[in-house]
Amino acid sequence: MTTLDKLSAGRGGTIAQVGGEGALRRRLLDMGLTPRTKVKVRKVAPMGDPIELTLRGYELTIRLEDAREILLEEDPA
Amino acid sequence: MIIALLGNPNAGKTTLFNALTGSNQHVGNFPGVTVEKKEGQIKGAPDMRLVDLPGIYSLSPYTAEEVVTRDFLIGQHPSAVINIVDATNIERNLYLTLQLMELNMPVVVALNMMDEVRENGDSIDVKALSDGLGLRVVPIAAAKGEGVEAVLEQVQALVREQDRSSVLDTCTGEVHKAIHSISHIIEDHAQRAGLPKRYAAIKMVEGDEPTSQLLKLHEPEEDIIHHIVEDMEHNLGTDREAALADMRYAFIEELCQRCVHRTGQSKEQARSEKIDRVLTHKVWGIPIFLGIMVLVFTLTFGLIGKFLSDQFALLIDWATSLLDQALTALSINEAVHSLLIEGVCAGVGSVLSFLPTIVVLFFFLSILEDTGYMARVAFVMDKLLRKIGLSGRSFVPILVGFGCSVPAVMATRTLASERDRRMTILLIPFASCSAKLPIYAVLTAAFFPKYGGLVMSGLYVFGIVCGILYGLLLKGLFFHGKPVPFVMELPAYRFPSARSVLLHCWEKAKDFLVKAFTIIFVASIVIWVLQSFDTRLLMVDNGADSMLADLGRLLAPIFRPLGFGDWISATALVTGLTAKEAVVSTLAVLVSGGDTAALPAALAGMYSPLAGLSFIVFTLLYMPCVAAMAAIRREVGGLRAAGYMLAQTGVAWVMACLVYQIGSLFL
Repeated sequence: MTTLDKLSAGRGGTIAQVGGEGALRRRLLDMGLTPRTKVKVRKVAPMGDPIELTLRGYELTIRLEDAREILLEEDPA
Repeated sequence: MIIALLGNPNAGKTTLFNALTGSNQHVGNFPGVTVEKKEGQIKGAPDMRLVDLPGIYSLSPYTAEEVVTRDFLIGQHPSAVINIVDATNIERNLYLTLQLMELNMPVVVALNMMDEVRENGDSIDVKALSDGLGLRVVPIAAAKGEGVEAVLEQVQALVREQDRSSVLDTCTGEVHKAIHSISHIIEDHAQRAGLPKRYAAIKMVEGDEPTSQLLKLHEPEEDIIHHIVEDMEHNLGTDREAALADMRYAFIEELCQRCVHRTGQSKEQARSEKIDRVLTHKVWGIPIFLGIMVLVFTLTFGLIGKFLSDQFALLIDWATSLLDQALTALSINEAVHSLLIEGVCAGVGSVLSFLPTIVVLFFFLSILEDTGYMARVAFVMDKLLRKIGLSGRSFVPILVGFGCSVPAVMATRTLASERDRRMTILLIPFASCSAKLPIYAVLTAAFFPKYGGLVMSGLYVFGIVCGILYGLLLKGLFFHGKPVPFVMELPAYRFPSARSVLLHCWEKAKDFLVKAFTIIFVASIVIWVLQSFDTRLLMVDNGADSMLADLGRLLAPIFRPLGFGDWISATALVTGLTAKEAVVSTLAVLVSGGDTAALPAALAGMYSPLAGLSFIVFTLLYMPCVAAMAAIRREVGGLRAAGYMLAQTGVAWVMACLVYQIGSLFL
């Protein structure tokens, strides 16, 4: 188990749990970051933050501090 | 009869709106560009009024747009809802569809971008999708106009039959049980509150505060609901919010597995990935962004815009002299002659010559927006803006502020929180709007003829630096709260349609022309009256005896510490509030008899370069024009807007004072 912010660009995994609270958590869930969803880190922004994700066939950007709330099982390399 | 149009940002909502109504509206690609509620009469169905709701991802009341949309759907009872769904991104798009079904809305799903699905060799079984959702589903390609008539036919059929989705259970097991039990408890309350029973029950399971308040439950009922939800959470091993999101997505996944056949990554995605490899590159991303901005501003203000402006100015001069000759030939009354030439033509004309620049700027900005690059700008710049307590999304409104504060302030409505919105609005005036450009052009030509370009660029940078300092100050003093989470879609790059870009330019040009011929026209006349007559309403020979001069003299002492405590400067600043360009036209009228070309030389004789610089700094920073004030008032309320204006002018005074006083020590 690791958290989404720890993944380097190009790596992916399967979401186990979405932490955090309130509006942020609701938004992450609404955007499809739900348990058992496959997600991949596509890119890191030039200044190192935020990151770009691919999930459910589209691209989403979130900040590292928010990615820290997402627990996932990393795919084997 | 009200028909609502609803869908995710970037799903092609605005394109469908245009196709259905035939009315002109701008199409954008930055998530949430449709910030206003727009309406239009549906072509071929004159009794149907189409309301374009903001682009949203969910009905959870998270952004102002979601709140507006939810309230509209619940309060206005539209006869039908057209839910536009991007077929190339169907899973996430259907999430909103499911929420509409929970609301028990009469929905027609317009499955857009089916042409792209086909071109990618993918397919969607529309019949199976329709059966799975229990809704009417129409495959369309809005950009090409395909299927638009079929949407209208289905809407008409839906309005006639008023059928709702027959699929009530999008959930299974524990969640289903909880919803079922709660809906019995709240049935009466929901009816009194005018909410669909099932929807209210789902919201109670979800823990939605606004719905809970609407229902006005009693304590025992709240307790029971609390227990039901706790049981559900315990049995599922997850919490209420995750449980419901998960339930919706599980339903969608299962449905898509049956209906959607995908061959792999789409052409659009592959292309976007390639473009992003360059545009959001680790090293080159920021230089490229800055390069694009420099290019846009050079083309706008240097090459294309300047050429067009000069040509346009010649045209205006020619028209003015023609009118002048005609008035002389007809020996029209002296006062009327003066009003038309020195008042109206000089005032409106000098502002009008700026029209081409504005059109060119918005041409480039709308290309950046429609291609999807603006979202990347937010992605690239987020970390920087976070330092002053904002998110990358605030970058776009501020950037638009360099064009005009009015659309910039309006664009802040896409921001997720009141806090971000207010703070962004406070910072927008620091982006020198394009109306300030003629002021800079004339004043730099007057005081720094050799370094015009350098000083001009310096002014833009100076404004930005002041904005950053102001932002840090605001963050420290008033905006302690955490910035709202930055969770944003990066839409696939799309080629902007010429129609959309040109429409946008035309809209801006129209706005500007209307402004020129209303506000500035009136201001020109008022100023002409004030400066041509004295307090006894006698026409004056010398401008120094006029009412305007009296007003200027009254205010002038305030500006003495800044180095320009004369009535002409004070008067120009006052008239600048009608529209910033009016500073130039007023100066032209007062200093060089309406001749803008002779103005720089005349000004150079009036001020020292340092006082000139101080004057430029003040005009750069002081409160925005009435049009922008009106926009700000609409967003934050009158009292707060007044406070913003006062603070802004205070900042301008302090900065100009610093420039002049510190400069005086050295010069």
